[in-house]
Amino acid sequence: MKLKDVTTEAKLLLIGIPVFLWTILPVYHMFLFSISPKESAFAGKLWPDHPTLHNFEVIFREQHYYLSHFWLQLWNSLIIAVAVGALTLLVATGAAFAISRLKVKGGRLVMNLALLTYFIPAAFLAVPMYKTMGNYGLLNNQWALILAMITIASPYSIWVLKQASDKLPYELDEAARIDGASPMQLFRLVYVPLMMPSLVAIGTYALLLAWNEYLYAFLLLSNEKQITLGVALGNFLAADDSPWELLMTVGLIYALPPAAIYYAFKRYMVGGLTAGAVKS
Amino acid sequence: MSTIALPRAEPVLPAGPAKRGLSPWQTWGLILIAPYVLVFLVFVVYPIGYGLWLARHPDSYVRLVEDPIFTRSVINTLVFLIVGINIKMAIALFLSGFFVQARTWIKWLSLLFILPWAVPSIPTILSIRFMLNPEWGIINHLIFRFTGADGPNWLNDPTIALAMAIVVHIWKSLPFWTLILIAGRLAIPGEHYEAASVDGASTWQKFRFITWPSMRTLYLTSTILSMIWTLGDFNSVYLLTGGGPADLTHVLATLGIRYLRLDQVDLAMAAIICAMPLVLPLVYFMMKRLSK
Repeated sequence: MKLKDVTTEAKLLLIGIPVFLWTILPVYHMFLFSISPKESAFAGKLWPDHPTLHNFEVIFREQHYYLSHFWLQLWNSLIIAVAVGALTLLVATGAAFAISRLKVKGGRLVMNLALLTYFIPAAFLAVPMYKTMGNYGLLNNQWALILAMITIASPYSIWVLKQASDKLPYELDEAARIDGASPMQLFRLVYVPLMMPSLVAIGTYALLLAWNEYLYAFLLLSNEKQITLGVALGNFLAADDSPWELLMTVGLIYALPPAAIYYAFKRYMVGGLTAGAVKS
Repeated sequence: MSTIALPRAEPVLPAGPAKRGLSPWQTWGLILIAPYVLVFLVFVVYPIGYGLWLARHPDSYVRLVEDPIFTRSVINTLVFLIVGINIKMAIALFLSGFFVQARTWIKWLSLLFILPWAVPSIPTILSIRFMLNPEWGIINHLIFRFTGADGPNWLNDPTIALAMAIVVHIWKSLPFWTLILIAGRLAIPGEHYEAASVDGASTWQKFRFITWPSMRTLYLTSTILSMIWTLGDFNSVYLLTGGGPADLTHVLATLGIRYLRLDQVDLAMAAIICAMPLVLPLVYFMMKRLSK
């Protein structure tokens, strides 16, 4: 190896090592607490003397005041995320198909209005959304969160699906029309199979968005049997004597499924998300 | 999780022949688009209209401007946007150059690097909050071990606390923007760099005359979009500092929610409306870019 190559490698490592530490530290810190017994959790060590799974046991058996509904809250998070994923997919696919393939009248206007919605900062829309849900009598009802998340996830979903949909050759539709296919047959037999990769990306996007959401969940749900695991984590903060090692363990459990899904669907996600970014 | 929408040329499609009445295609089109239109009317149009109506009294704005927390929040928001976003985008641009280097270990590192963006913000922000605890947080532990001095009381000093909220925001969203800029860099043909190398161009010259001209538009669009989203970033501030100490680290996103929790919805809406001169030009810019 030449001297120049060695210098280049050293420079890359000089960037790579800080990037590694910066990325991993908060996550490792969480992991470290989850395997530390309560007494040694605050010792400031990089590895506990006696690593243990005791924290997980306490949580799975719901043996702490803050955790008395752990399984129910995990289930709430799951059911809400799945509902938002499925319903967003339904709403967005229909709209994208109508706008892009059926050329429905006013479709362009709807697309532009959806895009405009996409650019409303989430925390700003949350204020009138909260009051609105109150007016509709939906506060403390999980449907409030599901509907709010569909509202937030749909604009981007429709936009991505429309972009992907516009790329399908128009001759497909014409051939189907000549063969006497109805719009729904075209949708079911031609459109959905061809759009599958984008549909997977959008379904995953909406599902993760809902699972990860904190602000809307914390505003719209307050009964501890209704709340998601994310809101339950936030509630730990209310007390000064919070059991931090348990909080970090629950946090780890809560963070694992989205991370796993993200890495499993990375191929679709990255392709779908960065499409359109490149040729601007 | 945040996502991006960036411009793409729209194909011009031939308009069908005009017909009387609705064809089955138009009918089905209306049926399929109806659910979204319904969602839009019920959960976007109505709330916004209702919100504007709630903030109709000029009195709300007088009370808002008289509230010192509001002025402070506006300043904090501007610092967050102007300082925070520009630092973040500059780092993202730099790191995108690092991650396109062809090395196996850099490939693995790039997989790990996505982690902050792939996990929910609540647990990791709480983890950082805990690391910064002045008495038993790991950061001050390490500072004490290496220097023998006590570390700062991170979240009790409004300036440091706001800076830490910006750090949390950068930690969370840096991977996403780096990913976007990596895609931008990979779209530049490799021959340009090879030709420049033959001509003896330095690394800086390659960046200045090849990379930057092709990435400028993407970089600007990303910065604007990141600013819009950051205006709605509630978590980085709320979960780290809760707006404290003494309500000095609020940004507009958390201030609106604070008023809402205090049952002063008119103030919350007034604060949001006061942010519109900041939001609308950014949104206008994005809409123009997208409908081009």
